[in-house]
Amino acid sequence: MLCQICKENTATIHLTEIDQGQRTETHLCQQCAQKQGLAVQSQIPLNELLSNLLAAAKSVSEAQAPGSAFSQPDVPCPQCGMTLRRFSETSLLGCPEDYRLFQNELMPLIERSHAGHSQHCGKVPSRTDQRQKNEVELLQLRRQLEQAVKAEDYETAARLRDQIQQLQ
Amino acid sequence: MKPANLVNQSSSWFGAEGPACDIVISSRVRLARNLAGFEFLPCLSPEQKQEILDKLREAILSSELGDTVFFVDVDHAAALERQLLMERHLISRQHAAGKGPRGAVIASGEAFTAMINEEDHLRMQVYAAGLNLHDCWRRINRIDDGIEQKVEYAFDSQLGYLTACPTNLGTGIRVSVMLHLPALKLTGHIEKFITAAKDADLAVRGLFGEGTDAIGDFYQLSNQVTLGVREEQVVEEMSKNIVPRIVEYEKAARQTLLDERPHTLDDKIQRALGVLRSACLISSQESLYLLSSVRLGVNLGRVPEVSLAMINELFLQTQPAHLQIRAGKMLDADQRDALRAQLIRQKLSNN
Repeated sequence: MLCQICKENTATIHLTEIDQGQRTETHLCQQCAQKQGLAVQSQIPLNELLSNLLAAAKSVSEAQAPGSAFSQPDVPCPQCGMTLRRFSETSLLGCPEDYRLFQNELMPLIERSHAGHSQHCGKVPSRTDQRQKNEVELLQLRRQLEQAVKAEDYETAARLRDQIQQLQ
Repeated sequence: MKPANLVNQSSSWFGAEGPACDIVISSRVRLARNLAGFEFLPCLSPEQKQEILDKLREAILSSELGDTVFFVDVDHAAALERQLLMERHLISRQHAAGKGPRGAVIASGEAFTAMINEEDHLRMQVYAAGLNLHDCWRRINRIDDGIEQKVEYAFDSQLGYLTACPTNLGTGIRVSVMLHLPALKLTGHIEKFITAAKDADLAVRGLFGEGTDAIGDFYQLSNQVTLGVREEQVVEEMSKNIVPRIVEYEKAARQTLLDERPHTLDDKIQRALGVLRSACLISSQESLYLLSSVRLGVNLGRVPEVSLAMINELFLQTQPAHLQIRAGKMLDADQRDALRAQLIRQKLSNN
Protein backbone atom coordinates (compact mmCIF):
# COMPACT_ATOMS: atom_id res chain seq x y z
CA MET A 1 0.00 0.00 0.00
CA LEU A 2 1.34 3.44 -0.96
CA CYS A 3 1.49 6.45 1.30
CA GLN A 4 -1.58 8.64 0.84
CA ILE A 5 0.41 11.87 0.92
CA CYS A 6 3.48 11.34 -1.23
CA LYS A 7 2.06 8.38 -3.17
CA GLU A 8 5.61 7.14 -3.61
CA ASN A 9 6.78 5.27 -0.53
CA THR A 10 5.16 2.26 1.06
CA ALA A 11 2.83 3.14 3.91
CA THR A 12 4.17 1.70 7.14
CA ILE A 13 2.10 3.73 9.59
CA HIS A 14 -1.61 2.99 9.71
CA LEU A 15 -3.87 5.25 11.72
CA THR A 16 -7.45 4.55 12.61
CA GLU A 17 -9.36 7.51 14.00
CA ILE A 18 -12.88 7.35 15.33
CA ASP A 19 -14.50 10.72 15.69
CA GLN A 20 -18.19 10.93 16.65
CA GLY A 21 -18.75 7.41 15.40
CA GLN A 22 -17.06 8.18 12.08
CA ARG A 23 -14.18 5.87 11.36
CA THR A 24 -11.33 7.08 9.14
CA GLU A 25 -8.17 5.27 8.17
CA THR A 26 -4.93 6.96 7.16
CA HIS A 27 -1.93 5.17 5.66
CA LEU A 28 1.38 7.02 5.62
CA CYS A 29 5.07 6.40 5.10
CA GLN A 30 7.51 7.19 7.91
CA GLN A 31 8.67 10.49 6.36
CA CYS A 32 5.21 11.90 5.70
CA ALA A 33 4.01 10.79 9.12
CA GLN A 34 6.95 12.58 10.67
CA LYS A 35 6.14 15.74 8.71
CA GLN A 36 2.60 15.52 10.08
CA GLY A 37 4.06 15.15 13.55
CA LEU A 38 2.58 11.68 13.80
CA ALA A 39 5.53 9.32 13.76
CA VAL A 40 6.13 7.45 16.96
CA GLN A 41 9.72 7.70 18.04
CA SER A 42 10.45 4.12 18.97
CA GLN A 43 13.91 4.90 20.32
CA ILE A 44 13.78 7.91 22.60
CA PRO A 45 17.25 9.30 23.28
CA LEU A 46 18.47 8.45 26.75
CA ASN A 47 19.06 12.02 27.84
CA GLU A 48 15.51 12.97 26.86
CA LEU A 49 14.19 10.12 28.97
CA LEU A 50 16.28 11.23 31.90
CA SER A 51 15.18 14.86 31.63
CA ASN A 52 11.59 13.66 31.83
CA LEU A 53 12.41 11.47 34.79
CA LEU A 54 14.21 14.29 36.55
CA ALA A 55 11.19 16.51 36.14
CA ALA A 56 9.01 13.75 37.59
CA ALA A 57 11.46 13.15 40.45
CA LYS A 58 11.48 16.85 41.23
CA SER A 59 7.74 17.02 41.63
CA VAL A 60 7.79 13.89 43.79
CA SER A 61 10.53 15.14 46.07
CA GLU A 62 8.88 18.54 46.39
CA ALA A 63 5.68 16.87 47.49
CA GLN A 64 7.47 14.62 49.96
CA ALA A 65 9.49 15.42 53.01
CA PRO A 66 13.25 15.96 52.50
CA GLY A 67 15.28 12.78 52.31
CA SER A 68 13.06 11.15 49.70
CA ALA A 69 14.46 8.39 47.53
CA PHE A 70 15.29 10.67 44.62
CA SER A 71 18.58 12.54 44.38
CA GLN A 72 18.54 16.23 43.60
CA PRO A 73 19.69 16.97 40.05
CA ASP A 74 22.58 19.15 41.27
CA VAL A 75 23.93 17.05 44.12
CA PRO A 76 27.36 15.80 43.02
CA CYS A 77 28.81 12.31 43.43
CA PRO A 78 31.45 12.58 46.20
CA GLN A 79 33.78 10.37 44.15
CA CYS A 80 33.75 12.05 40.73
CA GLY A 81 31.57 15.16 41.01
CA MET A 82 29.02 13.99 38.43
CA THR A 83 25.48 15.31 38.86
CA LEU A 84 22.24 14.00 37.39
CA ARG A 85 21.82 17.27 35.53
CA ARG A 86 25.17 16.88 33.80
CA PHE A 87 24.37 13.25 33.00
CA SER A 88 21.05 14.29 31.47
CA GLU A 89 22.97 16.56 29.10
CA THR A 90 25.60 14.06 27.95
CA SER A 91 24.20 10.58 28.80
CA LEU A 92 27.60 9.73 30.28
CA LEU A 93 28.32 8.90 33.91
CA GLY A 94 31.46 9.89 35.80
CA CYS A 95 32.47 6.75 37.66
CA PRO A 96 31.28 3.20 38.51
CA GLU A 97 30.04 4.49 41.88
CA ASP A 98 27.40 6.64 40.10
CA TYR A 99 25.44 3.49 39.29
CA ARG A 100 24.92 2.93 43.02
CA LEU A 101 24.46 6.56 43.98
CA PHE A 102 21.87 7.34 41.29
CA GLN A 103 20.36 3.87 41.29
CA ASN A 104 16.76 5.06 41.77
CA GLU A 105 16.92 7.37 38.80
CA LEU A 106 19.03 5.13 36.59
CA MET A 107 17.29 1.77 36.97
CA PRO A 108 14.13 2.77 35.07
CA LEU A 109 16.34 4.15 32.27
CA ILE A 110 18.46 1.03 32.20
CA GLU A 111 15.40 -1.18 31.94
CA ARG A 112 13.95 1.00 29.19
CA SER A 113 17.15 0.77 27.15
CA HIS A 114 17.55 -2.97 27.61
CA ALA A 115 14.12 -4.37 26.81
CA GLY A 116 13.15 -4.57 30.49
CA HIS A 117 16.29 -6.39 31.62
CA SER A 118 18.10 -5.34 34.78
CA GLN A 119 20.38 -8.31 35.44
CA HIS A 120 23.58 -9.19 33.58
CA CYS A 121 23.76 -12.74 32.31
CA GLY A 122 26.74 -12.78 29.95
CA LYS A 123 30.49 -13.09 30.25
CA VAL A 124 32.09 -12.65 33.67
CA PRO A 125 35.78 -11.68 34.01
CA SER A 126 37.83 -14.61 35.26
CA ARG A 127 39.31 -12.42 38.00
CA THR A 128 35.89 -11.84 39.54
CA ASP A 129 35.53 -13.58 42.87
CA GLN A 130 33.74 -16.90 42.94
CA ARG A 131 30.64 -15.55 44.66
CA GLN A 132 29.93 -13.01 41.91
CA LYS A 133 30.59 -15.61 39.24
CA ASN A 134 28.15 -18.01 40.87
CA GLU A 135 25.47 -15.34 41.01
CA VAL A 136 25.63 -14.79 37.27
CA GLU A 137 25.86 -18.49 36.51
CA LEU A 138 22.90 -19.28 38.76
CA LEU A 139 20.85 -16.75 36.90
CA GLN A 140 21.73 -18.27 33.55
CA LEU A 141 20.93 -21.77 34.82
CA ARG A 142 17.57 -20.67 36.22
CA ARG A 143 16.64 -19.20 32.85
CA GLN A 144 17.63 -22.37 31.07
CA LEU A 145 15.65 -24.38 33.61
CA GLU A 146 12.58 -22.26 32.95
CA GLN A 147 12.94 -22.85 29.23
CA ALA A 148 13.49 -26.58 29.68
CA VAL A 149 10.36 -26.88 31.81
CA LYS A 150 8.38 -24.89 29.26
CA ALA A 151 9.62 -27.21 26.52
CA GLU A 152 8.78 -30.22 28.73
CA ASP A 153 12.37 -31.38 28.45
CA TYR A 154 12.48 -32.90 31.93
CA GLU A 155 15.77 -34.68 31.49
CA THR A 156 17.58 -31.37 30.90
CA ALA A 157 15.51 -29.74 33.64
CA ALA A 158 16.61 -32.32 36.19
CA ARG A 159 20.25 -31.87 35.23
CA LEU A 160 19.94 -28.09 35.52
CA ARG A 161 18.19 -28.38 38.90
CA ASP A 162 21.09 -30.47 40.23
CA GLN A 163 23.59 -27.94 38.91
CA ILE A 164 21.71 -25.11 40.61
CA GLN A 165 21.62 -26.97 43.91
CA GLN A 166 25.33 -27.59 43.70
CA LEU A 167 26.08 -23.92 43.20
CA GLN A 168 23.82 -22.77 46.03
CA MET B 1 54.28 1.29 10.89
CA LYS B 2 52.89 4.76 10.25
CA PRO B 3 49.16 5.26 9.74
CA ALA B 4 49.84 7.01 6.41
CA ASN B 5 51.22 3.74 5.02
CA LEU B 6 47.78 2.18 5.29
CA VAL B 7 46.71 4.29 2.35
CA ASN B 8 48.24 1.88 -0.17
CA GLN B 9 46.73 -1.24 1.37
CA SER B 10 43.34 -2.73 0.93
CA SER B 11 41.84 -3.59 4.30
CA SER B 12 41.39 -7.31 4.89
CA TRP B 13 37.75 -7.14 5.92
CA PHE B 14 36.60 -4.77 3.18
CA GLY B 15 37.07 -7.42 0.55
CA ALA B 16 35.18 -8.94 -2.28
CA GLU B 17 34.84 -12.32 -0.59
CA GLY B 18 32.93 -13.70 2.36
CA PRO B 19 29.46 -15.16 2.98
CA ALA B 20 26.68 -13.06 1.37
CA CYS B 21 29.25 -10.36 0.56
CA ASP B 22 27.18 -8.96 -2.31
CA ILE B 23 24.80 -7.61 0.36
CA VAL B 24 26.65 -7.89 3.68
CA ILE B 25 29.84 -5.89 3.26
CA SER B 26 31.27 -6.59 6.67
CA SER B 27 30.60 -7.97 10.14
CA ARG B 28 31.83 -6.40 13.34
CA VAL B 29 31.76 -7.23 17.04
CA ARG B 30 32.75 -4.52 19.49
CA LEU B 31 33.28 -4.73 23.26
CA ALA B 32 33.25 -1.78 25.67
CA ARG B 33 35.36 -2.05 28.83
CA ASN B 34 36.55 0.21 31.64
CA LEU B 35 39.31 -0.26 34.18
CA ALA B 36 38.36 -0.74 37.83
CA GLY B 37 39.62 1.94 40.18
CA PHE B 38 39.41 4.79 37.68
CA GLU B 39 36.70 7.28 36.90
CA PHE B 40 35.00 7.23 33.51
CA LEU B 41 36.23 9.45 30.69
CA PRO B 42 34.13 12.58 31.44
CA CYS B 43 35.74 12.93 34.88
CA LEU B 44 39.37 12.03 34.18
CA SER B 45 42.31 14.43 34.40
CA PRO B 46 44.85 14.37 31.54
CA GLU B 47 47.33 12.60 33.87
CA GLN B 48 44.84 9.83 34.63
CA LYS B 49 44.03 9.48 30.93
CA GLN B 50 47.74 9.06 30.25
CA GLU B 51 48.00 6.41 32.98
CA ILE B 52 45.08 4.46 31.47
CA LEU B 53 46.53 4.84 27.99
CA ASP B 54 49.90 3.43 29.11
CA LYS B 55 48.29 0.56 31.02
CA LEU B 56 45.96 -0.50 28.25
CA ARG B 57 48.50 -0.01 25.48
CA GLU B 58 50.86 -2.39 27.24
CA ALA B 59 48.13 -4.93 28.01
CA ILE B 60 46.86 -4.93 24.42
CA LEU B 61 50.26 -4.97 22.74
CA SER B 62 51.30 -7.99 24.79
CA SER B 63 48.19 -9.96 23.73
CA GLU B 64 48.12 -12.33 20.80
CA LEU B 65 46.94 -10.12 17.99
CA GLY B 66 48.58 -11.70 14.95
CA ASP B 67 50.68 -9.78 12.42
CA THR B 68 51.49 -6.13 11.92
CA VAL B 69 50.45 -4.80 15.29
CA PHE B 70 50.95 -1.09 15.72
CA PHE B 71 49.99 1.66 18.10
CA VAL B 72 48.87 5.13 17.06
CA ASP B 73 49.17 8.06 19.44
CA VAL B 74 45.93 9.65 18.27
CA ASP B 75 46.43 12.80 20.34
CA HIS B 76 49.68 13.61 18.53
CA ALA B 77 48.76 12.26 15.10
CA ALA B 78 48.32 14.72 12.25
CA ALA B 79 44.74 15.70 11.42
CA LEU B 80 44.96 13.94 8.04
CA GLU B 81 46.18 10.74 9.65
CA ARG B 82 43.32 10.77 12.11
CA GLN B 83 40.90 11.30 9.27
CA LEU B 84 42.49 8.45 7.33
CA LEU B 85 41.96 6.09 10.27
CA MET B 86 38.36 7.21 10.46
CA GLU B 87 37.76 6.72 6.75
CA ARG B 88 39.06 3.17 7.14
CA HIS B 89 36.68 2.59 10.09
CA LEU B 90 39.60 2.03 12.47
CA ILE B 91 38.66 4.84 14.83
CA SER B 92 35.37 6.68 15.32
CA ARG B 93 34.66 10.27 14.37
CA GLN B 94 34.49 11.04 18.07
CA HIS B 95 37.94 9.54 18.67
CA ALA B 96 39.45 11.44 15.74
CA ALA B 97 38.03 14.73 16.99
CA GLY B 98 38.61 14.08 20.73
CA LYS B 99 40.99 15.74 23.16
CA GLY B 100 43.68 14.54 25.53
CA PRO B 101 45.78 11.38 25.76
CA ARG B 102 44.18 8.70 23.61
CA GLY B 103 45.29 6.03 21.23
CA ALA B 104 44.51 3.16 18.93
CA VAL B 105 45.98 -0.28 18.42
CA ILE B 106 45.56 -1.75 14.94
CA ALA B 107 46.40 -5.32 14.00
CA SER B 108 45.91 -8.29 11.68
CA GLY B 109 45.32 -6.47 8.43
CA GLU B 110 43.05 -3.90 10.12
CA ALA B 111 40.68 -6.66 11.25
CA PHE B 112 41.41 -5.79 14.88
CA THR B 113 41.27 -2.28 16.25
CA ALA B 114 41.16 -0.95 19.79
CA MET B 115 40.41 2.63 20.80
CA ILE B 116 41.79 3.73 24.15
CA ASN B 117 40.04 6.63 25.91
CA GLU B 118 37.19 7.08 23.50
CA GLU B 119 33.79 7.05 25.27
CA ASP B 120 35.00 4.20 27.47
CA HIS B 121 38.56 3.39 28.53
CA LEU B 122 38.65 0.60 25.99
CA ARG B 123 36.58 -0.09 22.92
CA MET B 124 37.89 -2.91 20.78
CA GLN B 125 36.47 -4.51 17.72
CA VAL B 126 37.06 -7.30 15.26
CA TYR B 127 35.92 -7.06 11.64
CA ALA B 128 35.35 -9.78 9.06
CA ALA B 129 34.31 -9.63 5.42
CA GLY B 130 30.75 -10.68 4.62
CA LEU B 131 28.43 -12.25 7.20
CA ASN B 132 30.80 -13.80 9.71
CA LEU B 133 29.79 -12.63 13.16
CA HIS B 134 30.61 -15.87 14.96
CA ASP B 135 34.20 -15.60 13.87
CA CYS B 136 34.38 -11.97 15.03
CA TRP B 137 32.98 -12.93 18.43
CA ARG B 138 35.37 -15.86 18.90
CA ARG B 139 38.37 -13.68 18.10
CA ILE B 140 37.39 -10.67 20.20
CA ASN B 141 36.41 -12.91 23.11
CA ARG B 142 39.84 -14.53 23.11
CA ILE B 143 41.60 -11.17 22.94
CA ASP B 144 39.38 -9.88 25.77
CA ASP B 145 40.33 -12.93 27.88
CA GLY B 146 43.99 -12.14 27.30
CA ILE B 147 43.71 -8.48 28.25
CA GLU B 148 41.67 -9.32 31.32
CA GLN B 149 44.64 -11.33 32.65
CA LYS B 150 46.63 -8.11 32.80
CA VAL B 151 44.15 -5.46 33.93
CA GLU B 152 41.10 -5.41 36.15
CA TYR B 153 37.86 -4.37 34.50
CA ALA B 154 35.06 -2.47 36.26
CA PHE B 155 32.41 -5.17 36.74
CA ASP B 156 29.28 -5.61 38.82
CA SER B 157 27.42 -8.88 39.25
CA GLN B 158 24.07 -7.22 38.57
CA LEU B 159 24.97 -4.70 35.88
CA GLY B 160 27.84 -6.57 34.25
CA TYR B 161 30.67 -4.60 32.64
CA LEU B 162 30.21 -1.01 33.76
CA THR B 163 30.26 1.55 30.96
CA ALA B 164 30.15 5.34 30.90
CA CYS B 165 26.79 5.29 29.10
CA PRO B 166 24.12 3.01 30.60
CA THR B 167 23.07 1.91 27.09
CA ASN B 168 26.21 -0.27 26.85
CA LEU B 169 25.96 -1.92 30.27
CA GLY B 170 26.07 -5.66 30.81
CA THR B 171 27.96 -7.36 28.03
CA GLY B 172 29.19 -4.12 26.44
CA ILE B 173 28.72 -5.88 23.14
CA ARG B 174 27.76 -4.26 19.88
CA VAL B 175 27.20 -6.72 17.06
CA SER B 176 26.81 -5.05 13.70
CA VAL B 177 26.74 -5.61 9.98
CA MET B 178 27.22 -3.15 7.14
CA LEU B 179 24.55 -3.77 4.54
CA HIS B 180 24.21 -2.62 0.95
CA LEU B 181 20.48 -2.42 0.18
CA PRO B 182 20.04 -0.55 -3.12
CA ALA B 183 17.20 -2.74 -4.45
CA LEU B 184 15.08 -2.35 -1.31
CA LYS B 185 15.55 1.38 -1.74
CA LEU B 186 14.68 1.33 -5.46
CA THR B 187 11.58 -0.77 -4.92
CA GLY B 188 10.42 1.46 -2.05
CA HIS B 189 10.69 -1.14 0.70
CA ILE B 190 13.50 0.37 2.70
CA GLU B 191 11.12 2.04 5.17
CA LYS B 192 9.70 -1.34 6.08
CA PHE B 193 13.19 -2.64 6.79
CA ILE B 194 13.98 0.34 9.01
CA THR B 195 10.70 0.12 10.92
CA ALA B 196 11.03 -3.65 11.42
CA ALA B 197 14.62 -3.28 12.61
CA LYS B 198 13.66 -0.59 15.11
CA ASP B 199 10.78 -2.70 16.38
CA ALA B 200 13.25 -5.53 17.00
CA ASP B 201 15.37 -3.17 19.19
CA LEU B 202 18.02 -2.78 16.52
CA ALA B 203 19.70 0.46 15.54
CA VAL B 204 19.94 1.49 11.90
CA ARG B 205 22.72 3.93 11.12
CA GLY B 206 24.72 5.23 8.20
CA LEU B 207 28.11 4.30 6.83
CA PHE B 208 30.11 5.80 9.67
CA GLY B 209 27.92 4.75 12.58
CA GLU B 210 26.35 7.01 15.14
CA GLY B 211 24.93 10.27 13.82
CA THR B 212 25.64 9.59 10.16
CA ASP B 213 23.20 9.33 7.26
CA ALA B 214 22.71 6.32 5.07
CA ILE B 215 24.37 7.61 1.92
CA GLY B 216 24.71 5.34 -1.07
CA ASP B 217 22.24 2.80 0.33
CA PHE B 218 24.68 1.59 2.98
CA TYR B 219 23.13 0.80 6.33
CA GLN B 220 24.77 -0.26 9.55
CA LEU B 221 22.53 -2.52 11.60
CA SER B 222 23.37 -3.26 15.24
CA ASN B 223 21.92 -4.57 18.48
CA GLN B 224 20.83 -2.08 21.14
CA VAL B 225 20.15 -4.36 24.09
CA THR B 226 23.37 -5.31 25.89
CA LEU B 227 22.10 -6.16 29.39
CA GLY B 228 20.30 -9.37 30.29
CA VAL B 229 21.40 -11.19 27.15
CA ARG B 230 24.32 -13.52 26.56
CA GLU B 231 26.89 -12.51 23.95
CA GLU B 232 26.38 -15.72 21.97
CA GLN B 233 22.64 -15.09 21.95
CA VAL B 234 23.07 -11.65 20.37
CA VAL B 235 25.50 -13.00 17.79
CA GLU B 236 23.29 -15.98 16.98
CA GLU B 237 20.10 -13.92 16.67
CA MET B 238 21.77 -11.49 14.30
CA SER B 239 23.53 -14.09 12.13
CA LYS B 240 20.81 -16.75 12.01
CA ASN B 241 17.56 -14.80 12.11
CA ILE B 242 17.89 -11.13 11.35
CA VAL B 243 20.55 -10.69 8.69
CA PRO B 244 19.63 -13.72 6.51
CA ARG B 245 16.07 -12.43 6.36
CA ILE B 246 17.16 -9.00 5.18
CA VAL B 247 19.50 -10.61 2.65
CA GLU B 248 16.53 -12.59 1.33
CA TYR B 249 14.41 -9.42 1.01
CA GLU B 250 17.16 -7.57 -0.81
CA LYS B 251 17.70 -10.56 -3.13
CA ALA B 252 13.99 -10.76 -3.88
CA ALA B 253 13.91 -7.01 -4.59
CA ARG B 254 16.88 -7.41 -6.94
CA GLN B 255 15.11 -10.24 -8.74
CA THR B 256 11.95 -8.15 -9.08
CA LEU B 257 13.97 -5.37 -10.66
CA LEU B 258 15.62 -7.80 -13.06
CA ASP B 259 12.29 -9.38 -14.02
CA GLU B 260 10.01 -6.39 -14.12
CA ARG B 261 12.08 -3.27 -14.61
CA PRO B 262 15.34 -4.30 -16.29
CA HIS B 263 15.56 -1.02 -18.21
CA THR B 264 15.12 1.08 -15.09
CA LEU B 265 17.84 -0.95 -13.45
CA ASP B 266 20.26 -0.80 -16.38
CA ASP B 267 19.59 2.88 -16.86
CA LYS B 268 20.53 3.61 -13.26
CA ILE B 269 23.67 1.49 -13.45
CA GLN B 270 24.86 2.71 -16.84
CA ARG B 271 24.15 6.38 -16.11
CA ALA B 272 26.16 6.05 -12.90
CA LEU B 273 28.99 4.45 -14.82
CA GLY B 274 28.72 7.11 -17.52
CA VAL B 275 29.09 9.96 -15.04
CA LEU B 276 31.93 8.23 -13.18
CA ARG B 277 33.77 7.58 -16.46
CA SER B 278 33.47 11.12 -17.75
CA ALA B 279 33.22 13.55 -14.83
CA CYS B 280 36.08 16.01 -14.34
CA LEU B 281 34.95 17.12 -10.91
CA ILE B 282 33.16 14.86 -8.46
CA SER B 283 32.41 15.20 -4.74
CA SER B 284 32.85 12.30 -2.32
CA GLN B 285 29.08 12.22 -1.73
CA GLU B 286 28.29 11.96 -5.42
CA SER B 287 30.91 9.29 -6.05
CA LEU B 288 29.68 7.25 -3.10
CA TYR B 289 26.15 7.48 -4.45
CA LEU B 290 27.15 6.51 -8.00
CA LEU B 291 29.57 3.78 -6.94
CA SER B 292 26.70 2.28 -4.96
CA SER B 293 24.66 1.92 -8.18
CA VAL B 294 27.63 0.42 -10.02
CA ARG B 295 28.20 -2.00 -7.14
CA LEU B 296 24.63 -3.23 -7.58
CA GLY B 297 25.30 -3.63 -11.32
CA VAL B 298 28.49 -5.59 -10.70
CA ASN B 299 26.71 -7.92 -8.26
CA LEU B 300 23.93 -8.55 -10.76
CA GLY B 301 26.35 -9.26 -13.59
CA ARG B 302 25.30 -6.16 -15.56
CA VAL B 303 28.81 -4.69 -15.67
CA PRO B 304 31.13 -7.61 -16.44
CA GLU B 305 34.16 -5.40 -17.10
CA VAL B 306 34.27 -4.04 -13.53
CA SER B 307 35.16 -6.16 -10.48
CA LEU B 308 33.74 -5.89 -6.98
CA ALA B 309 37.28 -5.52 -5.64
CA MET B 310 37.76 -2.48 -7.88
CA ILE B 311 34.56 -0.85 -6.62
CA ASN B 312 35.53 -1.51 -3.01
CA GLU B 313 38.97 -0.05 -3.62
CA LEU B 314 37.39 3.07 -5.09
CA PHE B 315 35.10 3.45 -2.06
CA LEU B 316 38.21 3.66 0.11
CA GLN B 317 40.53 5.58 -2.16
CA THR B 318 38.14 8.37 -3.14
CA GLN B 319 37.73 9.59 0.43
CA PRO B 320 39.25 13.01 1.23
CA ALA B 321 42.13 11.97 3.51
CA HIS B 322 43.06 9.05 1.24
CA LEU B 323 43.29 11.39 -1.75
CA GLN B 324 45.40 13.93 0.10
CA ILE B 325 47.81 11.47 1.66
CA ARG B 326 48.38 9.81 -1.72
CA ALA B 327 48.92 13.23 -3.29
CA GLY B 328 51.35 14.03 -0.48
CA LYS B 329 49.80 17.42 0.23
CA MET B 330 46.73 19.23 1.50
CA LEU B 331 44.16 19.89 -1.21
CA ASP B 332 41.15 22.18 -1.19
CA ALA B 333 37.71 20.84 -2.09
CA ASP B 334 38.01 21.71 -5.79
CA GLN B 335 41.41 20.08 -6.10
CA ARG B 336 40.12 16.98 -4.33
CA ASP B 337 37.10 16.77 -6.62
CA ALA B 338 39.37 16.97 -9.67
CA LEU B 339 41.81 14.36 -8.35
CA ARG B 340 38.95 12.07 -7.34
CA ALA B 341 37.37 12.31 -10.79
CA GLN B 342 40.73 11.58 -12.39
CA LEU B 343 41.32 8.51 -10.21
CA ILE B 344 37.86 7.12 -10.94
CA ARG B 345 38.14 7.75 -14.71
CA GLN B 346 41.48 5.99 -14.74
CA LYS B 347 40.27 2.95 -12.79
CA LEU B 348 36.98 2.54 -14.62
CA SER B 349 38.17 3.33 -18.16
CA ASN B 350 37.09 0.80 -20.73
CA ASN B 351 40.52 -0.35 -21.82
